[in-house]
Amino acid sequence: MRLSPAVVIAPSRPSSGLFARLLSRDVRCAAPMVIYLLVFLITPIFQLLKMSFLPHGEWGLANYTRLFAAPVYLDVLAITFKTAAWTTLLAVIGGYPVAYLTTIASPRFKSSLLFWILLPFWTSFLVRTFAWIVLLGRNGVINQWLQAMGMTHAPANMLYNFGAVLVGMVHAMMPIAILTMMSVMANIDRTLPRAALTLGARPARAFWTVYFPLSLPGVAAAAIMVFVTALGFFITPALLGGPHETMITQLIIDQVLQTLNWGFAGAISLLLLVTVLIVFVLYDRFIGLSTLTGGEPTSAASGHRSNGLARRAGFAVLESLATLCDAIGAAFSRLLPRRRGSSGKHPALWAIAIVTLVFLIAPTLLMIPVSFTSASAIDWPPQGFSLQWYGVIAHAPTWGSAALRSLIIGIATGILSMLIGVPAAFLLVRSKVRWRALFFAFALLPMIVPRMILAVGLFYLLARLQLIGSIIGMVLGHTTVALPYVVVTMTAILKNYDVRLDAAAASLGANRWTTLRHVTFPILGAGFISSFLFAFVTSFDELTIALFVTSGLNSTLPKQFWDEVTLSVSPTIAAVSTCLFVFSALVIWCANRLRARGTA
Amino acid sequence: MSESQIKLEVRSLAKRYGKFVALAPTDLVVRQGEFLTLLGPSGSGKTTLLSLIAGLTTPDEGTIHIGGVDVTHGAPYERDIGMVFQNYALFPHMTIAQNIAFPLKIRKHDVAHAKRAVERVLDLVELPHVGDRFPRELSGGQQQRIALARCMVYEPSIILMDEPLGALDKKLRDQMQLEIKRIHRELDTTIVYVTHDQEEAMTMSDRICLMRGGKIEQLGTPADLYFRPRTTFVADFIGESNLLSGVASAVDGETIRLNWTDLPGSGVAMSNGVLINVGDALTVMIRPQNVNVGAHSAVAGSVNHLAAPLTDFIVTGGVSKYRLALPNRQTLVVAELTRGNTTARAPGENVGVSWDACDAVAIREA
Repeated sequence: MRLSPAVVIAPSRPSSGLFARLLSRDVRCAAPMVIYLLVFLITPIFQLLKMSFLPHGEWGLANYTRLFAAPVYLDVLAITFKTAAWTTLLAVIGGYPVAYLTTIASPRFKSSLLFWILLPFWTSFLVRTFAWIVLLGRNGVINQWLQAMGMTHAPANMLYNFGAVLVGMVHAMMPIAILTMMSVMANIDRTLPRAALTLGARPARAFWTVYFPLSLPGVAAAAIMVFVTALGFFITPALLGGPHETMITQLIIDQVLQTLNWGFAGAISLLLLVTVLIVFVLYDRFIGLSTLTGGEPTSAASGHRSNGLARRAGFAVLESLATLCDAIGAAFSRLLPRRRGSSGKHPALWAIAIVTLVFLIAPTLLMIPVSFTSASAIDWPPQGFSLQWYGVIAHAPTWGSAALRSLIIGIATGILSMLIGVPAAFLLVRSKVRWRALFFAFALLPMIVPRMILAVGLFYLLARLQLIGSIIGMVLGHTTVALPYVVVTMTAILKNYDVRLDAAAASLGANRWTTLRHVTFPILGAGFISSFLFAFVTSFDELTIALFVTSGLNSTLPKQFWDEVTLSVSPTIAAVSTCLFVFSALVIWCANRLRARGTA
Repeated sequence: MSESQIKLEVRSLAKRYGKFVALAPTDLVVRQGEFLTLLGPSGSGKTTLLSLIAGLTTPDEGTIHIGGVDVTHGAPYERDIGMVFQNYALFPHMTIAQNIAFPLKIRKHDVAHAKRAVERVLDLVELPHVGDRFPRELSGGQQQRIALARCMVYEPSIILMDEPLGALDKKLRDQMQLEIKRIHRELDTTIVYVTHDQEEAMTMSDRICLMRGGKIEQLGTPADLYFRPRTTFVADFIGESNLLSGVASAVDGETIRLNWTDLPGSGVAMSNGVLINVGDALTVMIRPQNVNVGAHSAVAGSVNHLAAPLTDFIVTGGVSKYRLALPNRQTLVVAELTRGNTTARAPGENVGVSWDACDAVAIREA
């Protein structure tokens, strides 16, 4: 990559203008990503959607009449919506205090808080969902405790119902919600609530009338991220839910893997895609998509005099919340005499945040003792200590080869997505072209399109390319998924890089290579590696594409995990979970070390 | 000064962060209607003192009384203060009118009264038509005025300002200094102002509290600090100064005769009420504009005179400066008003300088 400004070609003749533009730096940076996404994202999706209109090899709407004729499909859509809505609500409300705390905590507390938020974020969805099976099962941890304490006599049915799905989904989505809200809250000027205090506002009023309205774009961004991800989610409802909790993506899997009805799978996909698009359009209409990338809410949406009524109503609600909280606060402070220097400690906030963090982390940690049991099945409390289940993993060829494949695919995906994503990020940061926003939106498409639709489309494409079951096929698919993460993280990293440093190095006599080696890379290197790690982990944890593209001896680790966990719930899986958990903790630790070095 | 005139009283107030002493035990009294500036370099404790007064930081020891009420451990909202922040801290999601009405709303003023009050302060800061706009639509200087207006609208008993003009360019800053002074006079409020800019402090303040390393170095009127600095730090920080060291050889009331430590000859300086004994090590401060330049023979009769080669002659604009290389390797700066008939002197030329005894301030070394 080149950091020096490109030579500006100023053609005088129109004929050379087109040629120059074709070779201009902008185009060279943009082309790899655009071409890649056209081939491995847009084409497969269009193929799939096209098939839905070709029910028997001819154009027709048979798939759609079937979709809307039977109430079952729309019912599933309704369940999907209900699940996603509840998940969003709970994840955002539960995550808000934690996100808020990270912005007011001291730097030392902040970095340990961040670790405990990132740990569940990086831990595989599969591992975390499996943990809930162990917790909520008939012989699970909670049932054993309830019986031991004499509160129940027979094990309660806590699995395979809506509550279990909701707990699992909220657990899965909350880290995304927290991280999204954090990024907006970090940009809120901390003197604003302080200014409100000096103007006479009590803390609760300062919070509800000043801080909270300013954090709403973050709440909105978190809500749509969680909602859209939840709409396309299948791991948790499949493992923790019963037939009544089936979500729409599970229907697509059934159509592809059980009945091999591609056309109908395409029809359901289109229904899901249209739903997601409507959600985004509504979001853009009322809040503004720019909030997703940390921008200001669009003026029309933020109530710029135009929809004053909704705004006033909102303010009135917040005012009354403020008054209520202040009344409660005042009552408490009358009961408890003010302690010296107690301001700024927020004990209640810490308590809530710690409960939330325990909810996020404890289930996964429980896997560790379970994996060392000497019993022949999962039991609580674990009996004895043995390494037998680790022995099972070590001796089974499937687990070892799956881990190796996942590792190779992850590294290859990381490299390929960096090669394509980094130039695109450079373009986004350096170039001032008008289609920048459009280009960025295009780069984010793989995040927005439900993963399942992409997976089914890719399955079809890779099958025609004879790449099913191959490592190359998986890498191609995973790169599509990992690209937006690389582009987003690299854009953020490059934005903070001062180009004048390169100019300074050049003015001191360094050539391009020495500049890169001694200035650019030492500063940006950590960022490059954490971006690479992001892509790697995305691939390492990817199940949806692997679900179709791999099988048997070609399985990746998540696929192998999925196949095992849908067959039986054994301590082997707890042992694998423990390994994966330790692995992700190591990755975060390395990334943290790198970041500390990068900013030092 | 009677009890009723005291607006703010700080006694033995101290703040430490671990081993770092942000503010050593400090006493300070501010009178009703006074404009007091906390001046000092960064890390001098001025901002710490201001946030302790505002209640945004809790003190380790000492007391704060505002209007006779002990507010040492009171929350900011219980102190009846107003504060203007360096970055203005206007609420970006509220219009200008809503920003200004915010403190009134909290104090449960009725809507009509609040509306009139907002209009009144907008007139006062000479921005009557911006009520419906949002802060981001205003320039930096305008936002500064709004921050001031929001602070004055509820007539707090004391207004605290934390480097409020720090983000403005020079011209706008000069204009806003006069503006704030005008408003201060018109409303007769009490203002505690923080800045690191000594010119700003001189321009605006009734009294200046010069701070250094978490302690008050000197507290007094701008003239006190300028003409009668108690320490070399004050002499150096406020305005330009030449500092020469010597030892007192004779004391006659205010008049001190001394021998230069590392320069030939002797001189006469004034003690300004500080007790000085024969044999004390002194630093003598002479302002550049109080030094006369002339031919050798012309200055020889003065009580204070030196001869040295000229190293630089610079016309900076309204003022011309001479720089002389003294025998002890110090540089002596001389300033005089630039006139058409100012004779250009060449570097290397040997010149004589002299100054009056009343322009030489003797500072006793601590």
